[in-house]
Amino acid sequence: MTNNKSLPQYLTLIPSSVMIGIFFMIPFALILAASVAVQTPEGDFNYGFDLAHFERFLTWFYIERALFSAGICALIAALSLLIAFPFTYMLTRFNERAKTLWLIYILAQLSLSEVLIAFSWQVLFSRTAGIGNILEFVGIVEKSFAMAPSAGAVIAALVYLAVPFAILLLYPALSRMDRSLIEAARTLGTSTIGTFFKIVIPVNRSALVSSSVTIFVLTLGAIIVPQVLGKPEHWTLSVLITDQAIFNFNLPFASALAVVLLILSGSVVAAVMKFGGEK
Amino acid sequence: MKLLRNAYLAIFAIYLIGPIFVITAVSFNAKKFLAFPPRGFSFRWYAEIFVDSGWFNSLISSLLIALTSATLAVLIALPIAYAVWKSGLRYAKALFSLGVAPFILPPVIMALAFLLLFSSIGMNGLMINVIIAHAMFLLALPLVTISLGLESVDRALLEAAQTMGADGKTVFRTVILPIAAPFAFAGFAFCFVLSLNEYIIALMTVGFTVETLPIKIFNALRYGYTPVIASIAVVFLLINVFVFSLIARFSNLSRILGAMD
Repeated sequence: MTNNKSLPQYLTLIPSSVMIGIFFMIPFALILAASVAVQTPEGDFNYGFDLAHFERFLTWFYIERALFSAGICALIAALSLLIAFPFTYMLTRFNERAKTLWLIYILAQLSLSEVLIAFSWQVLFSRTAGIGNILEFVGIVEKSFAMAPSAGAVIAALVYLAVPFAILLLYPALSRMDRSLIEAARTLGTSTIGTFFKIVIPVNRSALVSSSVTIFVLTLGAIIVPQVLGKPEHWTLSVLITDQAIFNFNLPFASALAVVLLILSGSVVAAVMKFGGEK
Repeated sequence: MKLLRNAYLAIFAIYLIGPIFVITAVSFNAKKFLAFPPRGFSFRWYAEIFVDSGWFNSLISSLLIALTSATLAVLIALPIAYAVWKSGLRYAKALFSLGVAPFILPPVIMALAFLLLFSSIGMNGLMINVIIAHAMFLLALPLVTISLGLESVDRALLEAAQTMGADGKTVFRTVILPIAAPFAFAGFAFCFVLSLNEYIIALMTVGFTVETLPIKIFNALRYGYTPVIASIAVVFLLINVFVFSLIARFSNLSRILGAMD
């Protein structure tokens, strides 16, 4: 590639470079700068170097929030993969038409605003229009009751949010899987369920690992479900960042929490990839 | 065994579709409060979206933002994906990775980043802010789909066109464009749908001046719910289904989802 040949190529990249530079790299750098900014007495802030916001994070309240966030997201990742894996396996063996229709529906549900998913589950857990109502109708409980806000409600809705992603993350690996392995195992007399656990799961181990990390990071980003279906003790880091930025106007502290969130998701991704890469 | 499989599939389908089914039923309620099973049947909560100026303005803003930001994202992505495919420039590859990054980060981080940027340059609450922010956040989607489209162009076709005397522009127009365009459309459609449904970035860029539908729904949730939200959920789901059906029809869905080479 000679210089005079690639020059026009570079020229066509200028507008895109400018956009990415101004609207991704600069804002991203601003978060890092704001997280160590100096707070002024009037509640504003000047860029400088002050670790006060990170010191504020290092109190039990916020550390507990970070651990809670990591724990609940790990749980959601495990549950959603558990629910989605057998279905995705079956989905890859549906006929083309059924497959396409299911994929369209799953994509549609996956794209549905978190606000609307939270609303749906709020209705499902309500006293007048929800599961409690159905239980009362069937006669299992005497009087319908509200099931939210509670930790269970947050977990149920987050899993519901994560399952479509889990399906789409597992789908490529499962559709490309070498079917002859399964046939071989079946010919050698392994049962269907035995084949599933001895062949299908081990063969797709790396897809499972990378999907679990992706779902973990994705769930860390959930903002509305913990607010709508949980009590303040169920709030995750993302909710606290929003709360600090929008309702307390404390941008430096919100930025410091954002840096913590970045480090948390980054280190989990790195750790699981290293651990998951070993055979 | 077959029974077990069907039972699992049935439970899974109920789990996935059940909540949507309940919301759909609630949206046809005739009464002002939410009830399931619904009391009476009416379309009044669907009419409300268009009659109530608050909901209608939100719908129009959301559609406008989604269309323009999806267009912008495709325009930014096209030259990058093309340069990566055409010449494999290292600079273009670096831009590609940077363009994908915002989508991988938790959205609240990008939201906060845009809030810091726009407030420090004094551009507060303009609609263009959320258009740019959504385009940057969703840039990964057209980048990936357009690259997939370009990779599916058979190099032999290009050589054939060149040997028959087609110049660069003609090759682009007659060979590359027809093959890659459906994938660019898919990228556009993905952006459109996700922008329409996005909440936190819209809140932090224009939350106090423009009420997009997700923001308005969230605000409404805090003051007690109304069946209008249920009807909007149904409308949004239908829009999503429609857009993804278009992708399935005119583009290559299983290829985009990574199921085949």
